[in-house]
Formats: sequence, structure tokens, C-alpha cells
Amino acid sequence: MPDIRKMIGLAVVLVALFWPVGYFADTPAWRHDEVGAAQIKISFAHGGAHKTACRRRSAAELRALPANMRKLDDCPRERVALAFVFELDGKPIHRASLPPTGLSGDGPSHFYGVFPVPAERHEILLKLRDSRREDGYDHVQRFTVDIAPGRNLAIDFRPNAGGFILY
Amino acid sequence: MLKRPIRRGFHLIETWLDRLCGAAWNPLSNLGALGFYFYWIVATSGLYLYVFFDTGVTEAYQSVESLTVDQWYLGGVMRSVHRYASDAMVLIMVLHMTREFANDRLRGPRWFSWFIGVPILWLVIISGVTGYWLVWDKLAQFVAIQTSELLDVLPIFGAPIARNFLSPGHLDDRFFTLMAFLHIAVPLILLLLLWVHLNRVTRARVNPPRGLAVTVLLVILAISLVKPAVSQGPADLAQVIEWVGLDWFYLGFYPLIDSWPGPAVWAFGGVITGLLLLMPWLPPLRQASPARIDLDNCNGCTWCVSDCPYGAISMVPRTDGKPFTQQAEVDPDRCLRCGICVASCPTTTPFRRISPLVPGIDLPQLTAADLRERMIEAAAVNPTVGNTIAGNAPRLLEFVCEQGPRANGAAPPAATQVVVPCIGMVPPSFIDMALGRLAIDGVVLSGCTTKGCVYRLGSELTEQRLARERDPYLRKRVPRDRVLLVELNAGDVKSAAEQVQRFRDRLSDREPERTDLDA
Repeated sequence: MPDIRKMIGLAVVLVALFWPVGYFADTPAWRHDEVGAAQIKISFAHGGAHKTACRRRSAAELRALPANMRKLDDCPRERVALAFVFELDGKPIHRASLPPTGLSGDGPSHFYGVFPVPAERHEILLKLRDSRREDGYDHVQRFTVDIAPGRNLAIDFRPNAGGFILY
Repeated sequence: MLKRPIRRGFHLIETWLDRLCGAAWNPLSNLGALGFYFYWIVATSGLYLYVFFDTGVTEAYQSVESLTVDQWYLGGVMRSVHRYASDAMVLIMVLHMTREFANDRLRGPRWFSWFIGVPILWLVIISGVTGYWLVWDKLAQFVAIQTSELLDVLPIFGAPIARNFLSPGHLDDRFFTLMAFLHIAVPLILLLLLWVHLNRVTRARVNPPRGLAVTVLLVILAISLVKPAVSQGPADLAQVIEWVGLDWFYLGFYPLIDSWPGPAVWAFGGVITGLLLLMPWLPPLRQASPARIDLDNCNGCTWCVSDCPYGAISMVPRTDGKPFTQQAEVDPDRCLRCGICVASCPTTTPFRRISPLVPGIDLPQLTAADLRERMIEAAAVNPTVGNTIAGNAPRLLEFVCEQGPRANGAAPPAATQVVVPCIGMVPPSFIDMALGRLAIDGVVLSGCTTKGCVYRLGSELTEQRLARERDPYLRKRVPRDRVLLVELNAGDVKSAAEQVQRFRDRLSDREPERTDLDA
């Protein structure tokens, strides 16, 4: 037969102990962003051109190689670092040199950035250099967007789909 | 410095709770067992939820909503129980760690359980985070983005994980399959670590008393009905997160992630984790020599093995050629020097007349022979008063646990005291001798509470030995009513004094008797 008095006492204790469990399970709320704030989130993964162009091997070089490795062209794997520029309303916001990933530097370069902006019309200019050229950019795109309050404007780079894409 | 006030606070509350709901059902004395209990509640409710959960970008939220709204009477309640039992588990774990810290149960051989407890804490947090992720509501969106951005700080991932949450089109159903897998796999690893956590603890209490278990479940159910767990609207990666209702038990550090640079968060987490891991050695515990075996007196009975609270003694093949198959062996790294094994040894008898008192297992800093000498010296105080005679004050002998409130002059001596490392070190045969040959009227054993014993089993084993339920037990010729076992929370000095006084009064009222106990 359970001791009802103790059980009631225990229930009182447990309610007092676990009351914070019910309360702090979702209260107080945390404000992550200002109400009505907006942001531009840019992220892409893209491999630049190889740092060095392929070179035709000489006959002597080919002979020196084991039979199973005698490829006509010598193509170093390392890629160039991407040069990325993000301008908003005519002002430079972010400029980065994005090195390739991987131990041999042959992986794609990555970028991830979050930029809080006021909710209004904006001129966005994005530039990316992914070739071996020393200056200038291979991809330059300009967008005019009305960003609504609370909007997360995402931008990715997909060369096969036309370059920078807004979501 | 920090430990003492926390310990006093715990003892005050525990003493109060003992009175309100009984010592056996005191939640603070059952924290470890409650942690396990919550784990099983969470696992059972989670299993039910998993049956109805769909892994998909839109299906995840819909399936959880369907459980919460269409099936509120069972699925909704299960979801709430799952959440609140998980939260309660964190609360109980933090209380458990704080109590063990305050009672200094983390240094010396007990470092192992504490050390394993730290990754357990993190695995519980990871389990909770992956669980919130699965709901795929606004809170999940916040958690997913914050977590992935934090993980991307580490140079171990090829592509940023946060890219998966760039826009609704970037998110893949497979991500939810991965999270569901993690939400099941991590708690399974957790269960394995819980087993390791108790690896050095014998007879661990992993189940709370039934009354406590039932009441806890009823309270969790009540909270679930009063405040059902609900989602915070479907996630929308095209929108920023403004306000989120955080579960502060699992996501309490997310405001930090939100506000601090990623490397600073990792550094802070690393420092806190490192400190927690190193706490058993801050500073290291200085200990006397561990228990030692005397093979001439060890007959391989295994009683010490079954009584050692920390599994420090094991039986190994005999090495001295005596006609026994096994002998006891002490692992010094696990021995806490409590002396419980000394009392469990059948050769620890003070009645030896010819051979010296050397039991099969003994404690170098307070040998059984020393204990007998101290007992005889204590009994010699005020020898003019004999066995209980009406009108004379009864003569008491008190064995005092050095960890308890009666030791070190914390209370005015109500009787002549003999201090022992743990009350479980007092063999019943010593009580026999005190009440018989030494003509003591009453023996008081002042220890900790059964659940609060510093060495876990001292009071419990003593109770069983006195009740003649466990070897070596109090012989039947010894009147049980002349032995008082006082179980105290530290700081409960007044209660101890009152109990001893009542015992003294009761002995005074006894009829004169002649005893011939050691005949």
C-alpha cells in the first residue's frame, strides 16, 4: 500500500523541482535578428582553373615513366585561388581570395557569408575571377532587388546555370 | 572553498525533503537512478514518436504536427513527455554532478566515474540538439544554421555544412535521414558510456524506488498535459529568424554561439570541458595506504569482494599453497580506504586471546587491532558505572563516521567516541564485545544516511548486518535494542543529539539485567 501522504509530499516537491522544466523548455524567447531585419547570404563552392596549363611530355620523359603511367600530357592538379568581390549599393562590402581546398590544392574553393541589410531596394554587384588571369573578373553580375522585411536573400554561384543565382 | 557551502545547502534541503517525502523517496538522494529513469522514459517515448516520424524536408514538420494535433491524446502527450523527460534528465544530471562535486566524490579512485560523466553530459546535449533539428520548425532552422556555422569553424569539413541551409532548394531529404540516424545512434553510445560510468561502482542504484518513479512519471505527464510541447511554425529558409523559444536546458548556450565569434565559442567550450575533466585532480587527493591482504588469515570467503562499494577487491588463484582455491587481491587504484572490507572479513574478531588481531584484510592507517585498542580505551572511561542499573546514567560507546557531523567535535560528545573512516568499518563482533566484555550499556553507530553515505554502502551494509541479513551479522545473543544506528545528513547535528538522548533515556528505563555476553 503506497504511503499517500509521502506521495503527496513528493508530488509537491517534484512539481517545485520540475516547474522550471516546463517553464524553461521554451521560455524566455531569444531574439536572433531584429524584427523586420533582412540579410543577404552568399555561399558557393566552385573550382577555379588549374594553376598551370597542361604540358606535352617529351619522348624521353615518357620513356622514363613506368608503362602504366605514360600519359601524353602532364597536367598539374593545383587550382588557382578565386577572387571574389561583393558590392552593395556601390560600396565594397566584401573582398576575398578563396584558396582551393584539398591537400594538393585541387579541390573547389568555398565561400559562406551572411550580410545583414536594411529591408529596401538594393543594387548588388558580384564579381568572381576563376581563371589564371592576373586582373579583371571572369564573372560580373549586377542585380537590383527589393528585399522585404524578414527576407533571407540567398545567392549561389552555378556556372552552368548562368553564374550567380538569387534564391 | 566552494564545496562546503554547496554541501551545506544540499544537506539542508535533503534533510527537509527527508521529512517531507521520506528518506527513501527523496529525489536528491536518488539523482543517479532518476537520470537513468528519465533516459528510459525518453527512449520509450522516442520509440513511439519514431514510428510516426517522416524524414523529409516537408514531411518532417508535417508528421510531427500530425502527431501533436491529430493524435494529441497519445502522440502529442508522448512528444511532450519526450521533451520534458529530456529536460528533466539534464536538470537531474547537473544536480547529480553538483552534489557529487560538493560531497567531494570525484577525487581519488572515484575520478573515473566523474571523467566519464563529462562526455556523457555532452552526448546528452548532442542528442537533444539533433532532436530539435528533426522537428524542422523555426527553432530547428535556428539550431541547424547556428550549429552548422559553428561546425564550419573547424577545419575538418570539405564544404561548409551551412551551405545546406542556404535556401529551401539547397536542403535535401537525406539530411533528415542523417539527423534521425544521429538522434538514435548518439543515445545508444550514451547508454554504452553510462554502463562504463558505473563500471567501478558495485551494486549501483539504477532504478529509483517505485513510489518515486510513479510520482515522477505522473508529474511529467501533468506538465505535458498542462503545457503540451508544440512546434514554432514551419521552417522557411527564405526568411530570417527573429524570435525563437529556446529550450534552455539543451540550447542554453546558443545565445553564446549567436553572439560570439565561432573560435571563441569553441575555446570557451574547450576550457569548460577541460576544467570539468581535470577537476578530480584539482587538487589531487592525498590518501593513506590502501587495504592490505594478510594471506595467513584470508580463507578466500569472498565476503570482502561482495561488500566493497567500488569493486576494488577481486578473487585470484591462491599463491601461498594453503588449501583454499582463491585469495583476495586489492586494486590500490580503486581502493577508497573506507574499511568496509575489514568489517566484512570473518576473521576480524576482537575476541582473539592468543593470536594477535590480524584479519584477512586490514586498513593500514586504522587496523582492526588499533580499533579494538581504541574501543577498549574509550570503554575504560568512567568505569564505575556498570551495565544498566535503574537510576544510573547508562554508559554509551559511540562509533562515529569521520565523514559525518558527529566527528571532529561538531557535536558535544554524548558518549565516548571512537572515530572510524566509515561506519561500515565497525564489525558486529566489536559491538558484541563492547556490550559484553567491556560492560557498555549501549552502542551508537553514527553514520551517514543510506543514500548519502560518502562510501555509498557503509550505512546500508551496517543496517543489514545489524538486522542479521548479511554476513558477518550481529550474533543473536546481542540485544538489538542496545544498538542505535543513527543515519544523518551532514549538518544534522541536532537530530543526532536528540536520537542519542532518546536512546540514553530508553536505556535508563530498562530493567537491571545481568549479561554474560562473552561467556
